[in-house]
Order: sequence, then C-alpha cells, then structure tokens
Amino acid sequence: MRSYRDVFSELNQPKRAALIPFFVLGDPDFDTSLSLVKAAIDPGADILELGIPFSDPIADGPTIQKADIRAARSGMNVHKALDLIKAIKAYRDIPIGLLMYYNLIAHYGTQRFFRDFHAAGVNSVLVADLSIDDAEEVEGPAKAAGLDTVFMVTPNTAPERMKRIAARTTGFIYTVSVLGVTGSRDSLSNSVESLVMQLKTLTDAPICVGFGISKPEHAVAVAKAGADGVIIGSRIVDMIEANLGNPEKMAAEVSAFIGEVKAALSTSA
Amino acid sequence: MKHKGRYGDYGGYYVPEVLIGVLEELEEAFDRFRDDPAFVAELAELSTHYAGRPTPLYHAKRFSQHVGFRVYLKREDLLHGGAHKVNNTLGQGLLAKYMGKTKLIAETGAGQHGLATAMIGALLGMETKIFMGVTDVERQSVNVHKMKLCGAEVVPVEGATGTLKDAINDALRYWTAHVTDTFYLFGTAAGPHPYPTIVRHFQTCIGIEARRQCIEQAGRLPDLVLACIGGGSNAIGIFAGFLDDKDVKLIGVEAGGRGLRTGQHAASLVAGTPGILHGARAYLLQDENGQVLDTESVSAGLDYPAVGPEHCYLKDTGRAEYVAAEDEEVLETFGLLARIEGILPALESTHALAYVAGLKGKLDPDTVVLVNLSGRGDKDVGIVEQHRPLT
Ligand SMILES: Cc1ncc(COP(=O)(O)O)c(C=O)c1O
Repeated sequence: MRSYRDVFSELNQPKRAALIPFFVLGDPDFDTSLSLVKAAIDPGADILELGIPFSDPIADGPTIQKADIRAARSGMNVHKALDLIKAIKAYRDIPIGLLMYYNLIAHYGTQRFFRDFHAAGVNSVLVADLSIDDAEEVEGPAKAAGLDTVFMVTPNTAPERMKRIAARTTGFIYTVSVLGVTGSRDSLSNSVESLVMQLKTLTDAPICVGFGISKPEHAVAVAKAGADGVIIGSRIVDMIEANLGNPEKMAAEVSAFIGEVKAALSTSA
Repeated sequence: MKHKGRYGDYGGYYVPEVLIGVLEELEEAFDRFRDDPAFVAELAELSTHYAGRPTPLYHAKRFSQHVGFRVYLKREDLLHGGAHKVNNTLGQGLLAKYMGKTKLIAETGAGQHGLATAMIGALLGMETKIFMGVTDVERQSVNVHKMKLCGAEVVPVEGATGTLKDAINDALRYWTAHVTDTFYLFGTAAGPHPYPTIVRHFQTCIGIEARRQCIEQAGRLPDLVLACIGGGSNAIGIFAGFLDDKDVKLIGVEAGGRGLRTGQHAASLVAGTPGILHGARAYLLQDENGQVLDTESVSAGLDYPAVGPEHCYLKDTGRAEYVAAEDEEVLETFGLLARIEGILPALESTHALAYVAGLKGKLDPDTVVLVNLSGRGDKDVGIVEQHRPLT
C-alpha cells in the first residue's frame, strides 16, 4: 500500500506540493462519487482526503454541510464508506486520509473502525472534533491498526502546542489556513504563509494546508511558502452542487480543475 | 486546559483545535473571577435588583390537594425574563465583561436563553447575536420579538429540523470564525468543558435557596426534588443544593414527546446511549450508525438530543433518576395549574409538574415534593391554544 512518505519523497526532486482533493463519500450518490474521485485521480491527485457524512458537522461551512446531507440521503454510512473506499483503491493505490467526526468512530468502536478502514486502504484518520489533548483516545488504536496519525494546527494554536502536535504526527500536519469553518474563499488568508513558515521551523513533519484553498493561485502561494501539500475541499464540492443531475459535467469540471491546479503547482516548482 | 471537565466518563471538550484556545481562556477567566470579591459583589447586586433573587418558594395548596401530597414550587418563573436563564446570563455576561469581550453570541431553543442573553447584552452594552432554529423562530415568535426589542440580532438557522441542535451547530461555527472578540454565552449545563461547570455554578443559587426555604416552610428537607431536563441547567441548579442530602430523591423529567415508542421525543437520558455531540460525551439520541436523531417535543426548550454530562453521571451512579413526560400529559397539566393555581408554567417546567401530577394518590400525604418551576408559560399560550383550543 502506498504511503504518505512515498508520495512526499517522490514529489521532492524537484519539490512540488502534493495535490489533495477532498470529497464527501457518497456525494451525491455512491456511483457518482466513485466516478468523481476517479476524475480527480486521473489528472494527478496525489492523496485523497475523504469524509463520511455526519449529521452535525460543526467544523464545516454550508457547502460541505449540504454535501453531507446529499450523501446521507443517498444512503451513505460507515459500512458503505468501506465499500466505496475499496472500490477507489481497486482503481488506484492512492493514499487516503479520512476526515471524521468523533461520534461516528466511537459508535462503530474506535479499534474496530481503525482496523476495518486500514484494511480497506486508508492511511490515516483525522478526527475534526478531537484535539491533541485527547490524542490518547485514538493514538493507540491507530498504531495498532497500522495507521498514521494526522492532527490539525490552526492559526491560533500556540507555538508550544504546535510542537506537541508535531511530535505526535506520523502522517502530516493538517494546517487550517483560516480562523473559521470550511468553505470556498476569494482570497487566501494573509497569515497562512507565515503560519506555514513558522511550522517549518518547528517540525520536519509534512505540512498540508486546507480550508479555503479555492484557486490555482492559492495553491501556488501556499506551496511557495513551503507547504508539502494543498487540500482543496469546498471548491470541488461546489462543482458537484452546481451540476446536480448532470454527473458527466460534474466529473468534467472536477477533472479540468484538478488538471489546472496540478499544472500550476508543477510549473511553479 | 487545566481541568479535563469530566463527570465520570462524561463531558470533556471534544472540539476542533481552533476552539481550544478560547475554551482555555474561558476556563482561566472563570477560575480567576468566580470568587473574586468585585465580581461576586457585582453579580449579587444584579441578581437581587435586576433579576429578582431570591425567588419565592410557594406551597401550592390546591395542587397539593389535587395530588394528595405537599407540593412546593420554586418560583424561577418570577425572575426577570421569565425563567432561570437569567441566573446564567448575568454570570457569564459579567464574566465576558471582566474578560474584556465586547460581543455576545448565544443559541436558543424556546427563546428564553436568547432573551436572557439579549437582556444582558443590553444591560452591559454589548453587541448580541442569537442563533435560533427556524422552527423555533416560528413557534416562539413572541420571544424573537422581545430579543429584537432588546437590540439583539436574531439569526434564523435551517439545519435538519431548525431546532436547538442546529442553533448550537451554527453558533459554534460562527464562534470559530470570531474567537478573538466574541464571547459564546452558552445556555445550558452541557457543551464542551468548561461550560457544564460554569453554568452549574451560576444556577446553584436555585438549590441553595430552595433548600433553606424548604426547611423554613415545610419544617424539613423535601423527599423528592424534580426538574425538567433540556440540557440540564435548571435541574442541576436545584439538584446541586441537595446532592449531599442522601435521603432526598432527585428526579429529572425529560421530554417524552409523542411517546417513547414512537421515537418522536427528546428523552436522551431515558432512551439514548453514550455518544459525542457539541463537544461532550453524554447520553445521546442516535441511530444505528451514530447519526444524531431528530427530536420532537411540544416544548422548544427541551427539544435537544443530548444532555449535560453531570446528569449522565448522576444517572449511572444512581444518585438521580430520569423519567419522561409526554406532550399530552404536559398540555393537560398546563391547563390544570392555570385553573387551580392561577399560574401559567412554561411548557418545559410543566414536564416536571406533569410527572408529579402522575403520582397523584401514590405518595403518603406527608410527602414533601419540591418542583423547580423554571419558567413562566406566557410564551407558550399560542401553542397551548393550538393543541387545546378554548371553547
Ligand atoms: C423555562 C425553561 N425551563 C427549562 C429549559 C430547559 O433548559 P435546561 O434543561 O438547561 O434547564 C428551558 C430552555 O429553554 C426553559 O426555557
């Protein structure tokens, strides 16, 4: 199984940032979701960040809330997410990070969740509503299952805390670019570049930046600041919402967009 | 964070990293000011002269006669704003002021906490934003109007059912983006640490007064203490006064909605299982996949799928017992109390009274039962009229 390390070391000569699209599994339905993920893999996605819909996604803005509702209505749940991930992995061995809300994991059983999703081909599970202070609730089961750990750093995380987070990270640091929830934004937060640079002085762990990255220029700016990866979520989910009922157009738009960002990241390297 | 905020296995602070800093700041400020003489004096002064504490304990003789035992009502309905909520909003509002915050946000279900926050926002000259589910905006329109009169902005929230849960989700999202200048004035003894501890602290006045008043008036401690449970703030407030009195039985009454069998209710302690929502581990109404369920209750203030962590702990340890009252019995009891006592109780509080009414004839006549009348029912007159039109 391909690891994060494989990806980051391959992108090192010359250094390019990994392109990491985010999807809500099952948005808008199982089959379309699979074809959208493929449409992102083909033009060069390096890693996938995937969510399982939750009824109360407090870290998400309206775009991803609506995606969660669409996916849940189409019948997506933890069990079907395993099937969808297996189908993705059958198409391509690409590293997958899950972005979860804690209740879905706790309800399924933390050890069992990590074990089953690792077996399906997942590399890490980031729990949006669990901070480093409660890391011991997930670290043991993650290690036992063979998963990497990923935690978030936000613009208001104190430097001493950043170090503690870095020390417990084996996958990458999910760096949140803004104070706020997920959602497309017109311009990049002006503090994100300094945040990436600060993290770079504190740790060797890969730094991936997400929340609000909406344009190729944003991705390039974040990469120039030293980020090892860029995570693009709401901008892609917007394309799904804008083309409901027309899966071909959705896939075409996603594919074109990923291709565009990939090209921008490659030429700027 | 200095403390974990656990009650047994429950509680904690399961929140996104972006909120850790503000919760830490809040914990620190609460530890620093809770016993600060200036803070305590200012809160006491406002509790007395602005809010109307202490509230009376009233021996409801005709209701007692009806049920066949001695019933005393703790009259939180007589407070400014019409509910116990002001105890908490005064406390947290002052905390916000002492912390130098200039903006308040809050969630609300019945609108009572929203109103109590809007009042304090006006009193302290702070900009106030209230998040409220669209369903609740509609069914509690009088309170919406009052909040606006007090200068607050009311933000209607869609979400799954447009009720309290959705309002909390959006308030948390908003807070995430405005952590630097905004104080989230949480309305019940639930949510992430330190809120359950803070809200409990500011509501404990109910139990302390009630214990003293009961001894004065009934000549002894009560046998039973009852309160309704939404998130659990009025209940923990009154229970706190009696936790060490081992012979006093504590009963929390949840919203049974259309009946526990129908699945259309909000009885998380009675019918839920432990889970994680809004930053805390607690009993939660959830489906077989861990998705949080929609709730149903005639009273907006109890329409919440989770509950405060201390109640979960009190349930597991057996110190308190939790039951449910259904919409029908609640509407019946609302009418009864109005007719024989001339008191319109909030539909939330009526849940506790309905359970007491159900004990009619089952207890020894000397039994002393203390009920927290957490709020007044003026806001509910329209809903009651819809269900039970007067002829
Ligand atoms: C009068 C009244 N009682 C009780 C409640 C329920 O809240 P809690 O369980 O926090 O007391 C509310 C909530 O809106 C209320 O307005």
